[in-house]
Amino acid sequence: MTEAGPKHEAASRTDRALRLLLPFVVLGLGVVLWGAVVRWRDIPPYVLPGPVLVFDTLVADWVMLSEALIVTLTTTLQGFALAAVGGIGLAVLFNQSRLIEYSLYPYAVILQVTPIVAIAPLLLVYLPQPAAVLACAWIVAFFPVLANTTLGLNSVDRNLADLFRLYGATRRQVLWELKLRAALPYILGGLKIAGGLSLIGAVVAEIAAGSAGAGSGLAYRIVEAGYRLNIPRMFAALLLLSLAGIVIFFALSLVSHLLLRRWHESALAREV
Amino acid sequence: MPVHPTASPTLSGTPVVALDGVGKTFANGVVALERLDLAVHAGEFVSLLGPSGCGKSTALRIIAGLSAPSRGQVAWADGGAADARTVGAHRIGFVFQEPTLMPWATVAANVRLPLRLAGLKADAPARIDAALARVGLAGFAQSYPRELSGGMKMRASIARALVTEPALLLMDEPFAALDEITRFRLNNDLLALWQSLRKTVVFVTHSVFESVYLSQRIVVMTPRPGRVFTELVIDAPFPRDESFRTSADYAGYCRLVSDALAAAIGAGEGS
Repeated sequence: MTEAGPKHEAASRTDRALRLLLPFVVLGLGVVLWGAVVRWRDIPPYVLPGPVLVFDTLVADWVMLSEALIVTLTTTLQGFALAAVGGIGLAVLFNQSRLIEYSLYPYAVILQVTPIVAIAPLLLVYLPQPAAVLACAWIVAFFPVLANTTLGLNSVDRNLADLFRLYGATRRQVLWELKLRAALPYILGGLKIAGGLSLIGAVVAEIAAGSAGAGSGLAYRIVEAGYRLNIPRMFAALLLLSLAGIVIFFALSLVSHLLLRRWHESALAREV
Repeated sequence: MPVHPTASPTLSGTPVVALDGVGKTFANGVVALERLDLAVHAGEFVSLLGPSGCGKSTALRIIAGLSAPSRGQVAWADGGAADARTVGAHRIGFVFQEPTLMPWATVAANVRLPLRLAGLKADAPARIDAALARVGLAGFAQSYPRELSGGMKMRASIARALVTEPALLLMDEPFAALDEITRFRLNNDLLALWQSLRKTVVFVTHSVFESVYLSQRIVVMTPRPGRVFTELVIDAPFPRDESFRTSADYAGYCRLVSDALAAAIGAGEGS
């Protein structure tokens, strides 16, 4: 029994290290394989550039690409913020008024199920391009926030709700101190999905706007580089987009963990 | 918890709250309560005993104003109306079957909740400390519910019910989900609290042994639709402790109440 503790701890440490290390090992192997295939088969860079060339392009085009990244990230974050405010706000409104819920919920669903790629060109006709791109990011991202927040607001412990009634809580107190608190894990789950989706929405809109030509975001740079058969730059821009998505995901996971770690099951380390 | 030996309160005088022919039929047509006449007197410990589905929890919710009776009257000694918003704030403490704590708040914040909702801020910290000390949770103010055992969560729930100094404490099978050892300890602590604080307690349970150990009076109810089958007075002196649990008196009362409960169930099935 005395050996079980340290042994177990060492095992879990190894497990953590493997979990952190293995994805990078796979990445490294993939890059090496990629480079090797390009070299062995002598694939021309306008079909498939090797990893070194992609990296060199990233460095060479850094000024242009980083500016484009900032444009796309700004749209994404604005779309995300609007989705968070709009999704949570609408869910609260639905929760407070059944009539508003009955009136508007079907349209929220319709907005969600209509493919954004099909809406984007129309939005670009009616709105100035930055606004249209932002609207796309918002449309894609707000629904998961709305749906999850609604679920959370309806998942309040009935006895707790009775307790609030018993002590004469106002509607405001029930909303702020009970419903929104209880819904927080659900809201954070919705936001985690919305973060990735708002990036997708921004990219879709930029690509749709691409042929109109006024854009300067990363997705626009990909389309433009495609026209010019500048495949290495396409890869470099794609790499930046993926990195942006990864950073957004981890940032939101961190926020979620920090807010929930004291009390919610999802944030608790499982004790074996 | 301090224990002050006191004489049993007398069961006379104006009741704190009286249910007169109270019935409840749910929207789906289920008759939860047929007809309940119950007078709760100041300072007494009365149990509602019956099988599941006899409407005893419904009766408690009606007293608390959380559910409106379909028939009959709920009369308060001070003439207040039986509506959650008017009766709840100061007069009633309610303990649910589950601890029903807010998982996102510390024990202290959970106990503070009734004070916050009632707008009582003045001496809140002192009252919270006192309530936690009473239930033996003095050192756990900053713990989160998930860090507590089942028994400790229930203690926190009781502290929250007591923090507003309610005259009437309603308890809905509060110890049903606990293991026997923890339940016995909480039974003893609850009796000590009751004797030192002089609260009126209405205690819902389906355990014959628990009701005999705790109560001065047991109201035995029939299965659905619920009504009062009989009332039994447990005339054993307080303070009661573990020696009472093993006494011949206790065994005798348990047999008496068991027989009454069996007859009530038979009567319910016969009707």
